[in-house]
Amino acid sequence: MQFMLLFSRQGKLRLQKWYVPLSDKEKKKITRELVQTVLARKPKMCSFLEWRDLKIVYKRYASLYFCCAIEDQDNELITLEIIHRYVELLDKYFGSVCELDIIFNFEKAYFILDEFLLGGEVQETSKKNVLKAIEQADLLQEKTETMYHSKSFIGCKKAY
Amino acid sequence: MPAPASGGGVASLSLHAHHSDSCKSKEAEIKRINKELANIRSKFKGDKALDGYSKKKYVCKLLFIFLLGHDIDFGHMEAVNLLSSNKYTEKQIGYLFISVLVNSNSELIRLINNAIKNDLASRNPTFMCLALHCIANVGSREMGEAFAADIPRILVAGDSMDSVKQSAALCLLRLYKASPDLVPMGEWTARVVHLLNDQHMVSLITCLCKKNPDDFKTCVSLAVSRLSRIVSSTSFVWCVPCFPEDAAVKGRLVECLETVLNKAQEPPKSKKVQHSNAKNAILFETISLIIHYDSEPNLLVRACNQLGQFLQHRETNLRYLALESMCTLASSEFSHEAVKTHIDTVINALKTERDVSVRQRAADLLYAMCDRSNAKQIVSEMLRYLETADYAIREEIVLKVAILAEKYAVDYSWYVDTILNLIRIAGDYVSEEVWYRVLQIVTNRDDVQGYAAKTVFEALQAPACHENMVKVGGYILGEFGNLIAGDPRSSPPVQFSLLHSKFHLCSVATRALLLSTYIKFINLFPETKATIQGVLRAGSQLRNADVELQQRAVEYLTLSSVASTDVLATVLEEMPPFPERESSILAKLKRKKGPGAGSALDDGRRDASSNDINGGVEPTPSTVSTPSPSADLLGLRAAPPPAAPPAPAGAGNLLVDVFSDGPTAQPSLGPTPEQAFLSELEPPAPESPLALLADPAPAADPGPEDIGPPIPEADELLNKFVCKNNGVLFENQLLQIGVKSEFRQNLGRMYLFYGNKTSVQFQNFSPTVVHPGDLQTHILSGLTKRVAAQVDGGAQVQQVLNIECLRDFLTPPLLSVRFRYGGTPQSLTLKLPVTINKFFQPTEMAAQDFFQRWKQLSLPLQEAQKIFKANHPMDAEVTKAKLLGFGSALLDNVDPNPENFVGAGIIQTKALQVGCLLRLEPNAQAQMYRLTLRTSKEPVSRHLCELLAQQF
Repeated sequence: MQFMLLFSRQGKLRLQKWYVPLSDKEKKKITRELVQTVLARKPKMCSFLEWRDLKIVYKRYASLYFCCAIEDQDNELITLEIIHRYVELLDKYFGSVCELDIIFNFEKAYFILDEFLLGGEVQETSKKNVLKAIEQADLLQEKTETMYHSKSFIGCKKAY
Repeated sequence: MPAPASGGGVASLSLHAHHSDSCKSKEAEIKRINKELANIRSKFKGDKALDGYSKKKYVCKLLFIFLLGHDIDFGHMEAVNLLSSNKYTEKQIGYLFISVLVNSNSELIRLINNAIKNDLASRNPTFMCLALHCIANVGSREMGEAFAADIPRILVAGDSMDSVKQSAALCLLRLYKASPDLVPMGEWTARVVHLLNDQHMVSLITCLCKKNPDDFKTCVSLAVSRLSRIVSSTSFVWCVPCFPEDAAVKGRLVECLETVLNKAQEPPKSKKVQHSNAKNAILFETISLIIHYDSEPNLLVRACNQLGQFLQHRETNLRYLALESMCTLASSEFSHEAVKTHIDTVINALKTERDVSVRQRAADLLYAMCDRSNAKQIVSEMLRYLETADYAIREEIVLKVAILAEKYAVDYSWYVDTILNLIRIAGDYVSEEVWYRVLQIVTNRDDVQGYAAKTVFEALQAPACHENMVKVGGYILGEFGNLIAGDPRSSPPVQFSLLHSKFHLCSVATRALLLSTYIKFINLFPETKATIQGVLRAGSQLRNADVELQQRAVEYLTLSSVASTDVLATVLEEMPPFPERESSILAKLKRKKGPGAGSALDDGRRDASSNDINGGVEPTPSTVSTPSPSADLLGLRAAPPPAAPPAPAGAGNLLVDVFSDGPTAQPSLGPTPEQAFLSELEPPAPESPLALLADPAPAADPGPEDIGPPIPEADELLNKFVCKNNGVLFENQLLQIGVKSEFRQNLGRMYLFYGNKTSVQFQNFSPTVVHPGDLQTHILSGLTKRVAAQVDGGAQVQQVLNIECLRDFLTPPLLSVRFRYGGTPQSLTLKLPVTINKFFQPTEMAAQDFFQRWKQLSLPLQEAQKIFKANHPMDAEVTKAKLLGFGSALLDNVDPNPENFVGAGIIQTKALQVGCLLRLEPNAQAQMYRLTLRTSKEPVSRHLCELLAQQF
């Protein structure tokens, strides 16, 4: 997979993940072009299109479009399945996920994606394992956060 | 699960609170964002050092703002600082920022790399994973350079946790894909293959296999057995990229493929679309593997039937994929017939599909399945579709119809009808190539000329006809109008006035063509002369603002007045037949779509089928380079080219045996085309090394496949370059690589010429130089500039390679060339024609000195000797030339036996100089040579001896 884009029906980019090094300018150009192309397509149309020398696989979930660019020899259906798997993961984690979850917890959306896909390849096929990894990270975070707060509390006291 | 309020979440939420409160308009939002940015900037710039938490908070806010679509131009430094925090969340946000926002800002990259290095070495699996994710996410060349060596170590280390290994494998894959030259291969290959038994390494190995089929041969059987285990339990996607040679393994694989096909027939266990998506993904992979092997008729037909079911599936996606896969099935001789049975369904799809991309696939498939038996039906359906087709694909369909009509025309009147229909229906999309082609064909076949004249005449009678029709009509009537002049309905004056009625509405080019038609009419039908001269004489022609039209009018008018009938008849004779060559339409379609119209399966297949997806009889493209006998003149010596033994240069003893078979055993890769190419490249290079005494250049040699092993003939090609510097390094159907090089002291410069032999543009063309193993410490070579990523058909690009020899070396650097040809990635690895003798500096010395030094180098290891059979006629002059080409000076009057050759030279490397003495003793009676080399370094003696021994 070369990149994954999430954008809304209004064409607002919500998440972008690039697995090929490209310049910012190029990224913007590609995004604009693809958002336009995909939004122009009608609901019953097929989810695959040829674009430059890549294949685009996209799917719409509620107000969000998930759009992946894959290479010639990659399988379209499995890409659809990857998209769906990612949506399921988000859904499990946020509890019926909506666009706002992804906007305001963007870092979580990224972390989940990183656990699931790495360098454009599926890293972990098991939903359970991905969520477990994220949970552990959250746990780790809470721990450090508490530590942090207690420390700063002590610090405050001293200053007092 | 409730969303835990992470640091990031808090930051973005607090920002959002303001954001949604006050952002009534776009302007307000921008104002708000700018204020926030200013605030963050001041925090970062402030005197007070920020603690980790605030830093994280602000970095997170910046990221949020960026994701809202605003540009961020600061904060990178703070994010990098976060990387070295030992708090997980801070590190995590730092990495996130880097992977989303980093650009190749070289200073930062160094800092980032440092942080990553620390994390990789931390032994903390969580941190290691974060670092690996970051490398994989950024995947830039700089990162590759920094970590390509570390990651394989983590991958195979015994103590790495599974999750870390998993990340490391994918990370390596990513780096490998981005810059294959950086990832060292070899020593850990075998260990990686065994990871196949591990669950998650599949994609890495698959990719490596594709590039390196030889090294990874062992994994095929492992893979197949794993596959069969998996297939019997659940299903799993798998693609074995190399064909298993072992019959047992193959049998097992076929069994697996059958099982998958069987499973496809079972009713779905769950109604969820997703379930079937996964299942069908496997099915399509299976089918593409079957197509790839193309050797199991039974499976191919079954695959075709399965796809046939999908053609009517209610999921658009499946219909699309089925059409696409069938396209490739159609090109296999085993399944072509089976594909044809679905013609009605496909035609129906072309008519009724609502999605243009699906219709496009259907059109592709029709094109691919077309043969003589169904050409009429398919062409007429495509013509009908053309009337309503989407504008985006009209031109392509026009080209396809034109090609099919020509290729499968049994009688050419059908062909003419078809093309005229094309022009009538979609005149705007009929390119020059198409109507030129119909003219060529009509001109070349006299049986169709009368019919063509009649048909165009009728077509021109339509009240509105396309300009292309006027062009074709004008040309054909001008040539063959006489064939229908007998009919009073199409008498010469009628023909003329019909054409002339269109004249004023046409563009300049068409009018120019019509003027030529008119002068031809004067020759064909003398009775029209007066009328036509009147037209030519009219002020609107003679004083036309367009120079071309004016010139034609003036010249034709004068010609018609001054020339006698005989002269006119000669000048305006019917056009001679066109030389047969590749249809220009076909070339155009290839340019548009890449070779063939179907989806590529893999390089090999594509090569074979690129010209002819229909398995039909297309005109073959003319050969690009024709070796001429004179090319031999350029050869280095009068003798046949040194034959290279298939054995690696190291197998010294073997060589004797191989050579004893005589030159007939040599593979056909003669030097002739190579030299022909050379002659195009440059003025004839100095033939013998004599001219290059100062810096004898080593020969260039094609090397092995980039990541894969060198192409099989690499060593052989390398040998051809041992005694010369210029020539063709490599050539296949697509690409020709020429080399010109010069060497001085321990430095060299090599010009590489890449020629695209096809008519299709190469995409992503990128040659790189690879130093396998620790070669980099021995020889350095670098390409001075990148070449353009696109190489047009027929074009040649040049690249300069600078070479520095640091120490003595045994193997040459590799040249890896990758590009996309019509969407299919191609890659090729060659050995660069750089051998140690290229850095020879000839040394003249007196007999006395020579013997003194010879004696000094008398340790057994310093000497290398070889006795071998002559592989070429033993000609003293040729031998001399070869030795000079090899780089040493030839010393006369040293050896007491004048038949013998004695040479001396110094190999210049940066680190040291190696003195070399050599002696070659031919024995004409026995047709043998004895070659002795003495140098101050043992490996050099042996290596030189091997290199040189192959040249005689």
